[in-house]
Amino acid sequence: MAEKGTDAPAEEAPARAPVSAARRLRYLVPMFLFVALAAALGVQLLTGDPGKVPSALIDKPVPDFTLPPVQGFEDAGGFATADLQHGEIALVNIFASWCGPCRVEHPLLMALADAGTIPLYGINYKDTPDDAERWLGRLGNPYTLMGADLDGRTGIDWGVYGIPETFVVDGAGRIRHRHVGVLSQHDLDETILPLIEDLRG
Amino acid sequence: MKVAGGTLLGGIVSLWLALAAGPGLAFTPDEPLADAALEARARALHAELRCMVCQGQSIADSNAPLAQDMRAIVREHIAAGASDDAVRGFLTDRYGDYVLLDPPVKPETYALWFGPAAVFVAGAAIAFALVRRARAGARDAGAAPLSAEERRRLDALLDDDA
Repeated sequence: MAEKGTDAPAEEAPARAPVSAARRLRYLVPMFLFVALAAALGVQLLTGDPGKVPSALIDKPVPDFTLPPVQGFEDAGGFATADLQHGEIALVNIFASWCGPCRVEHPLLMALADAGTIPLYGINYKDTPDDAERWLGRLGNPYTLMGADLDGRTGIDWGVYGIPETFVVDGAGRIRHRHVGVLSQHDLDETILPLIEDLRG
Repeated sequence: MKVAGGTLLGGIVSLWLALAAGPGLAFTPDEPLADAALEARARALHAELRCMVCQGQSIADSNAPLAQDMRAIVREHIAAGASDDAVRGFLTDRYGDYVLLDPPVKPETYALWFGPAAVFVAGAAIAFALVRRARAGARDAGAAPLSAEERRRLDALLDDDA
């Protein structure tokens, strides 16, 4: 039997082509495809917040708007498109007294205003004038210029969907970056301020 | 007595209905357009626009303040004579294609629209080729007659079994 056993493969060999290295690799192709797909999906799943939508307005001019002053802050005047076309890079922050996260980021905005390195403008989104006045009176007003968007239409023109939102506007009045949600020191140091440095070139 | 009981029950039921319907009625405070045809167009658009706050819902289904504002904007534009595409354009200019629940067919979305069909066709082609090759292989194997040695071994095995 043992003798025949050694003969048999020699007889079968012509019927079954020898398995080459290239052919063996081919069997692994589905596994490589699967690993690649799993990696691509995994990266998408684990990085970033799918709820955060990129702005449709990146690199577009800021929308046309003219907002009246916030009640109690009439001296500074309102806030309009022209204020963003003076050749100076600026931050535009959209906030409201009814917005909890706005309160969280407020101290950071106050610090930014104290530092005075970049103009900070505010759009008070769909707020009650009395509430806005009280909120800013108690916590302080970090904005050089500020407008009241009472009906929220200017907010929609800016593509706002979840305040607080903060936009970086370049000297030509184009939107270069949008941050949705609470602005942290980390966001400032890692994203916003480096971008401003870049734009100042 | 029976009548009085029925009335009492009816009263309780209608009170319960009124209470239950209260929040439901408060759900759509928007003012519909007077023109029924225009209102129908506005509602059709509401159903295909995404509520940016809730994201899984259309603005027709959402009670978020932003969805209410967007519903009002759609009605205003329709009333002012804008086409459906112009209204969609107004919102995609501000919110991107993401605001459309049905993503448009364009080069960036080809993979989304045609990817599944392409994968299906490729899979069917591979399966077809494999089956054909397996069949051809089976035919070739069948064509080769047994050698005398093989037949002798086979007979021996069959005898063993018996």
